[in-house]
Amino acid sequence: MKRFKGFITKEFYHIFRDKRSLFILFGMPIAQIMLFGFAITNEINNVDIAILDHAKDINTTEIINKISASKHFNINQYIEKESDIEAIFKKGKIKAVLNFENDFSKKLVKEHQASIQLITDATDPNTANTISNYLNAILIQYQKEINQDITLNYQIIPQTRMVFNPELKSVYMFVPGVMTIILMLVSAMMTSISITKEKELGTMEILLVSPIKPIQVIVGKVFPYIFLSIINAIIIVTLSLFIFKMPIQGSILLLGLESVLFIITALSLGILISTISETQQTAMMISLMGLMLPVILLSGFIFPISSMPLPLQLISNIIPAKWFIIIIKGIMLKGVGIQFIWKETLILIGMTVFFIVLSVKNYKIRLE
Amino acid sequence: MSNENVIQVERLTKTFGNFTAVNAISFEVKKGEIFGFLGANGAGKTTAMKMLIGISKPTSGEATIAGFDVYKHAEDIKKNIGYMSQKFALYDDLTVKENIAFFGGIYGLSRKIIKEKSKHLIEELGLVDVANKLVGALPLGWKQKLSFSVSLLHNPKIVFLDEPTGGVDPITRRQFWEMIYKAANQGTTVFVTTHYMDEAEYCDRVSIMVNGKIEALDTPKKLKAQFKVEHMNDVFLKLARHTE
Amino acid sequence: MSITVTNISKSYKNVEALKDVSFNVKSGELFGLIGPDGAGKTTLFRILTTLLKANSGTASVTGFDVVTDYKDIRNCVGYMPGKFSLYQDLTIEENLNFFATIFNTTLEENYELIKDIYVQIEPFKNRRAGQLSGGMKQKLALCCALIHKPKVLFLDEPTTGVDPVSRKEFWEMLKRLQQKHITILVSTPYMDEAALCDRIALIQDGEILQIDTPKAMISHHKKDIYNVSAHNMYQLINVLKQYKHQHSVYPFGAFVHYTDSRTDFNMADLKAYLESKSLSEIKIEKTLPTIEDTFMELATT
Repeated sequence: MKRFKGFITKEFYHIFRDKRSLFILFGMPIAQIMLFGFAITNEINNVDIAILDHAKDINTTEIINKISASKHFNINQYIEKESDIEAIFKKGKIKAVLNFENDFSKKLVKEHQASIQLITDATDPNTANTISNYLNAILIQYQKEINQDITLNYQIIPQTRMVFNPELKSVYMFVPGVMTIILMLVSAMMTSISITKEKELGTMEILLVSPIKPIQVIVGKVFPYIFLSIINAIIIVTLSLFIFKMPIQGSILLLGLESVLFIITALSLGILISTISETQQTAMMISLMGLMLPVILLSGFIFPISSMPLPLQLISNIIPAKWFIIIIKGIMLKGVGIQFIWKETLILIGMTVFFIVLSVKNYKIRLE
Repeated sequence: MSNENVIQVERLTKTFGNFTAVNAISFEVKKGEIFGFLGANGAGKTTAMKMLIGISKPTSGEATIAGFDVYKHAEDIKKNIGYMSQKFALYDDLTVKENIAFFGGIYGLSRKIIKEKSKHLIEELGLVDVANKLVGALPLGWKQKLSFSVSLLHNPKIVFLDEPTGGVDPITRRQFWEMIYKAANQGTTVFVTTHYMDEAEYCDRVSIMVNGKIEALDTPKKLKAQFKVEHMNDVFLKLARHTE
Repeated sequence: MSITVTNISKSYKNVEALKDVSFNVKSGELFGLIGPDGAGKTTLFRILTTLLKANSGTASVTGFDVVTDYKDIRNCVGYMPGKFSLYQDLTIEENLNFFATIFNTTLEENYELIKDIYVQIEPFKNRRAGQLSGGMKQKLALCCALIHKPKVLFLDEPTTGVDPVSRKEFWEMLKRLQQKHITILVSTPYMDEAALCDRIALIQDGEILQIDTPKAMISHHKKDIYNVSAHNMYQLINVLKQYKHQHSVYPFGAFVHYTDSRTDFNMADLKAYLESKSLSEIKIEKTLPTIEDTFMELATT
């Protein structure tokens, strides 16, 4: 036990003396959350739009007022004829044009239906899609209001509804992903680097030629990173709670336990990587290419798994991050309990056991 | 050896903050001379040599290398010198031929000349059978000899060798020194840094650096007489002990 | 016997690192393994310290077999690998304490053993290992290898890249350790360090050329050696190599070490030959062989 304590003390010295890594370790989650929360966002604000109002009646004026009152849109220009539309899109400033048909109010009353043409600049399809979703939302809202007064149901456009993220806040989607990436990176990359560093320095030779047991070396290496990763998880959750006001629907305890499980999965992967790499450089490359990319691309974090080609969907099953993202999305956004995520949890436990068994089999008590 | 000075150094100094790594050293080296530049780890050898080969600017003092000023004409210096170090010599993942072609190329030799020189060099070093093998697979001694020849490819006026023979077997080491004698005999000045004292005995003149200063500079024979000892090693020990 | 090595062979992919190597080291002996880089010294050390398994042959350290009893060996040997393996970001004291705890001991427990080495670095005990000079790092690495009072000490090229002053001090430390009944196996590429060992083995290309005391090794030298010098070294070497009676010609500092193929060599003949080749300031005198001469003689036969 004294040996083990001595080993862990040494590990903490390494970690706290490498100021640059330490900065990255704790700076990275904060930077990533901020980046995804503020900069890389699906939200739109102050988008310039133009209005082509053939009707100029009470309903169109009310709709226009509603739109201009929203912080998302800024009515930049009124145009008079259809032929102007192409010209203003070409200038690039205007992202959408609303075209109200003639006799809008009359049609709404008489035929219970009036149409608005919504033209968006789809050079950036994501933004275009978001803009139209937002405009739709405003129209639905308006429709609800006018339907309160009148018994007849006036229909303007089909209704769409956003579940679990009604405000379309993209940060809610990103927090689980970012948390997964950070935990994976810190736990797997840092442990694999710190073990291979000893190999490179030659200190591993001395450790091997000493009575310290391999299991003590491994656990001693891993222990500090469990600790650091938990701190990281807490930082991420706290940031999302207080800065983005993201609600956590489910049990915080369950979230914590699942996170610790995932951290251990990632650490066991890190150990596995270190048993197959000789240098820090290789360990880093394997961690980055072998872990980071699949985590970002195949875990469902950015690209929905259901829209991937079948082979990729199958591959995504062996990526631990996929299961963890399902678990924490469930807990954070849907508020589900263990009865809904026990399958994913079991898969993670299974993977962890597999990695550990493989690493122990691979761990050498000699140099080759 | 002629009387023409190809290296002329006058009160050359380099400081890093409060620390004076090289403290006003002065010496000159003649054309075709084998000059040993000795000193313990941290005595300032490497810093001094970096200034001489034009990759580090001196804090003060003067130095002219192959007729070029270290402040103004660092690029011309690089064209006129060869450099070889124990740490970095050749690319292990290129073949013998590719290494020669690459280093010939960076010194601007034409393809025809590289081809000629490459053939000549490979024959002279007895590397014909391994010319298309990766350098990494060659024994250390062969690598060092090849590396030295490569540093001479562009007929430099001076060749700087940074601890060239560490760890090499005794026979190869002697073959290496025979190559150095040959180069010097053809008029190339050889500037060798080392902290292996037996190596010093091969040099025409040696300087010994201690704590940034040149504490002794003469032929090995005269230095031994001056310090009344039998080996250069003891000259070094006396100097180092004296100043500690 | 403290170390026995019997017919050990080891090869990597296509390189034969050790070819049928056998030798013994007595208890309390300072045994030197001398040879250039790539001779197989490090491989041999790693086999003896249980880090590698040999392809064939057996070896034991303090009576324990290097393969089956590896755990016992790991408890009682000290090892200093080729690169001084220290934690650069830990201070002198932290490094020592760390190695003490993994051997279940303390700095105080065996202080007597490392005392005279430790006092030299003690003033800097709060300095990080990365900021120490080569000589100090070497002393710290030795302290770390000694901290659990090992019976056998393995030092793989401890003086490579270290300046002459530190090298001299290091050998003085080894001599003192030997008096404390520690068996020491040390390797070095420097032939001049051979004289400081009790016995030496010369090794090249995975083969042991000879094992003996340094003195006996030199006295076995077969040919007489002559120091030859002249005004131009390069010319002298070329001319000597063309001499029909030459046996070997090696530059040796300011001289050439020359051996003749005849049994009735006389200096006047050689001098006349050299003069005929227009060399001047010719000096020829008989000299004593060094370990390096012996090494080269053995390596070429």
